[in-house]
Amino acid sequence: MVMVTVWGSLRAFTDDRAAVEVEASTFKEVLDALSRDYPGLQVQIKAGVSMAIDGVIYKDAWFTPIRPDSEVVLMPLMVGG
Amino acid sequence: MALDEYQKRDFKIIGTTPVRPDGVDKVTGRAQYGADFYLPGMLVGKMLRSPHAHARIKSIDVSAAKALPGVKAVVTGADFPATAKGDTLDVQEHCLANGVALYDGHAVAAVAAVDANVAKQALKLIKVDYEILPHVTNIEDAIKPDAPIVQAGRRGRHVPEGYSDNCTGWCEFGHGDLEAGFAKADKIITRTFKTSSTHQGYIEPNACLANMGADGRADMWCCTQGHFQVRNLCAQIMDMDQSALRVTASEIGGGFGGKTTVFIEPVALLLSQKAGLPVKLVMTRDEVFKASGPTVASMTDVRIGMTNDGKITAGDALIRYEGGAWPNSTIFPGAQSAFASYDLEAVRAQGLNTLTNRPLQAAYRAPGAPQSTYAVEAVVDELCEVLGLDPIDVRLKNAAQKGTKSSYGPTYDDIGLIQLLEAAKAHPHYSAPLGPNQGRGISNGFWFNFGGETSVSLALNFDGTITLVEGNPDIGGSRAAMSMMAAEELGIAYEKVRTIVADTASLGHNEVTHGSRVTFAVGLATIKAARAAKAEMCRRAAKIWGIDADAVVWEDGFAKPAGANAGEHDPMPIEKIAADSPRTGGPIVGHHEVTADGAGVSFGVHICDIEVDPETGFTKVLRYTVLQDAGKAIHPDYVEGQMQGGAVQGIGWALNEEYIYGEDGRLQNAGFLDYRIPVASDLPKIDTVILEIPNPGHPYGVRGVGETGIVPPLAAISNAMSRTIGVRMAELPMSPPRVLKAIKEKG
Amino acid sequence: MSKLHITTSINGDQTEFLCNSDESLLDVLRDRLHLTGAKEGCGSGDCGACSVTLNGRLVCSCLVLAAETEGAEIATIEGMADGEKLHPLQRKFLEHAALQCGVCTPGILVAAKALLEKNPDPTETELRYWLAGNLCRCTGYDKIINAVMDAAAEMRGA
Repeated sequence: MVMVTVWGSLRAFTDDRAAVEVEASTFKEVLDALSRDYPGLQVQIKAGVSMAIDGVIYKDAWFTPIRPDSEVVLMPLMVGG
Repeated sequence: MALDEYQKRDFKIIGTTPVRPDGVDKVTGRAQYGADFYLPGMLVGKMLRSPHAHARIKSIDVSAAKALPGVKAVVTGADFPATAKGDTLDVQEHCLANGVALYDGHAVAAVAAVDANVAKQALKLIKVDYEILPHVTNIEDAIKPDAPIVQAGRRGRHVPEGYSDNCTGWCEFGHGDLEAGFAKADKIITRTFKTSSTHQGYIEPNACLANMGADGRADMWCCTQGHFQVRNLCAQIMDMDQSALRVTASEIGGGFGGKTTVFIEPVALLLSQKAGLPVKLVMTRDEVFKASGPTVASMTDVRIGMTNDGKITAGDALIRYEGGAWPNSTIFPGAQSAFASYDLEAVRAQGLNTLTNRPLQAAYRAPGAPQSTYAVEAVVDELCEVLGLDPIDVRLKNAAQKGTKSSYGPTYDDIGLIQLLEAAKAHPHYSAPLGPNQGRGISNGFWFNFGGETSVSLALNFDGTITLVEGNPDIGGSRAAMSMMAAEELGIAYEKVRTIVADTASLGHNEVTHGSRVTFAVGLATIKAARAAKAEMCRRAAKIWGIDADAVVWEDGFAKPAGANAGEHDPMPIEKIAADSPRTGGPIVGHHEVTADGAGVSFGVHICDIEVDPETGFTKVLRYTVLQDAGKAIHPDYVEGQMQGGAVQGIGWALNEEYIYGEDGRLQNAGFLDYRIPVASDLPKIDTVILEIPNPGHPYGVRGVGETGIVPPLAAISNAMSRTIGVRMAELPMSPPRVLKAIKEKG
Repeated sequence: MSKLHITTSINGDQTEFLCNSDESLLDVLRDRLHLTGAKEGCGSGDCGACSVTLNGRLVCSCLVLAAETEGAEIATIEGMADGEKLHPLQRKFLEHAALQCGVCTPGILVAAKALLEKNPDPTETELRYWLAGNLCRCTGYDKIINAVMDAAAEMRGA
């Protein structure tokens, strides 16, 4: 299990919790588990998310491994100038 | 250890300052920019634009324009294939209105004719019947529940009640118990700040040349930050296969985020398709201001609590952005970066985006960060002033560092903010004496930096030189940086590498040149492509020597036996391996494709001295110092150039630049005379200090440097202003009339 | 509308062209003669990207009617280098990294050359005011000023 922190406006879909626990060992599995366990997150996940894993921001890296003690933070997809 | 992880090493070429490969072309006028391409039979395209801020297009009669001799095509939004969806449909409708004109300058029709005069005459013959609708162009009015609605059905699903349906986005970041934090504070300051919409102000107007054949295949030349993105957007809008459209990026005359999308390119394709001839479409400066994306305007409430000894106990911000007539996501990085420089136990940043009857915002250098950072840094500075504390000491006391849980969630790895603040404090600028009517301001700044999809190919020519093929338009010398990284890795001279920005048919997809990503991500891919080529060259040498490939190492441009056991062989130079390659297995090419992650965030600290004329309110920037963490500066002169250029754009934003809309919803200053960007005589020298705190996610330690420099100037100048005139101004730009008013009101 | 026949000298070469009466010199240079080194940044004389000299005087070519150039001597960026030998200003721009995107560079080089012909030893302030009509959005001007001052010193033999 890994703890996934979601940003504030997504807490409406995680029973008002800032972090939720999901069964996952990769980036993609986190997204799949979140979509399954918290269907309200599907819209945002489809629209695009990044994920910070142990402080490193990943864009769409499905197969990035995640350890049970990894810090996982869901983030919006971003654009730059 | 993975190859993309940072390894400390001594460099031979990295850190030197060779002349960029495109340099001679650019000082002799030979470099070809977007408007510099011509084809036989080429037509001239022009666009007709709405003079109204918001109007239903009841009908468009193009018959007279079509009948004018010399006119080869006339199109409206209805001529696009009706296949684009979602965000792409928004882009399409921004290029050419479909039924409703949503801002002053929104294109409603376009023509292609044999020359510019005929095209202009044809525009005059197009009859548009408008039904004028109520409009709204500023944030305060747009978010009110009874505001005119710019586009129905766009309300964001998280937007709280009490806001109008113009509000398309709401977000919240942060952690900790805010009220407990504020309860610990000895002093709390709450203020509201406003910034105006500003334009990227690139000197080269958007331009493209499209050539579509009757077989539906097309070529395009255009100035863009990302020709792969242009291809993909145009292909979707025109319902073409991506392979049917080849886009070549011209040299680009500045972008700063503004050329990360399309404004005219699909229209040029549509005209070319209808006319069966090449069509060149170039925006006028008026069109650039009116119809290409400026950055968001903002209105931000900030509340920060501090103890008497300078510890920030809590920070809270509500950040409101308007970004024109379609949704955008700039509010996210705005809210994420607001407090990113601080190590806070209790922090919250809420963001709200609203539609207005203005052109769709486009990214502008660290999009969203300067506006929110300005508000936070101004309140931190005011607290320092009120509590009698040194502004750098307070920032040091609260600075984010390795292990800090950032205000947007993740825990920081190696970052350089503390080193920057210490360097700023020790810099002679910080302790230099000030005269009357002068003041000094400082500010932090933060930006994320990105990686993204990247594809690079590196070919070994038979004479031992290298052709490096990459796919990101070179805005500030990135071809030089790539050549340097390839040369460093291969151990050959910089001059032996020629880096080419290839068209969309020559490589896999490359994400736009944005997010300060190119030196990081394309550099990473270049290093790996070079390593792949090196490995192959070692294999070839091993074959020639009849030994195992892993018994060969690469050193300074030579293949060498790895040790005594590998046998006695003279080092084999790259030139010989190249010359023999047809007979040892064929041409040698290294390539690398990746979605690069691990860009590494970046911080900057700026120090600024100003002098204000109390009679006129005119502000002179006297001295300016930029300190920034580059991770590793590949070409230090070009890194400095990014830091200086970003700072000066921020200075313009703080002091002069603004979009001014009239009551009628029309833009009143669509030209460089009335929208005043900084000129040479406005500015002092911009001093730079590059710090190098290596990014763990890049083999050479590179962090992006392009964007961070625009983040601190807004607050640095505002803080200097407050300390000069004794009034806390809370609206940008601090143009002379506003400064004079503030001085007079203070009495 | 019949076209006007103009004979002029561009970078020392006698040049003839046909133009409409309302065509700017910049349009003719770019679209008829394909001398695209001069750029159109604004078309209103505010940015200086189209700078050329007309009978030795620095002008924005977007504000000059092509028909006015009958018998005139025009110098553009294309004529600044002597064959393969760069002008000192061009060389110093490269050495000092005085350009990023490079689109303003031709205009700034033409303007700087015009200044140094009148005033070989400008102060930094004089130079900054002289170049105030040439917008650069990339560099913050710092390295441009350094490059021109260094080129001026070299040209003076200092």
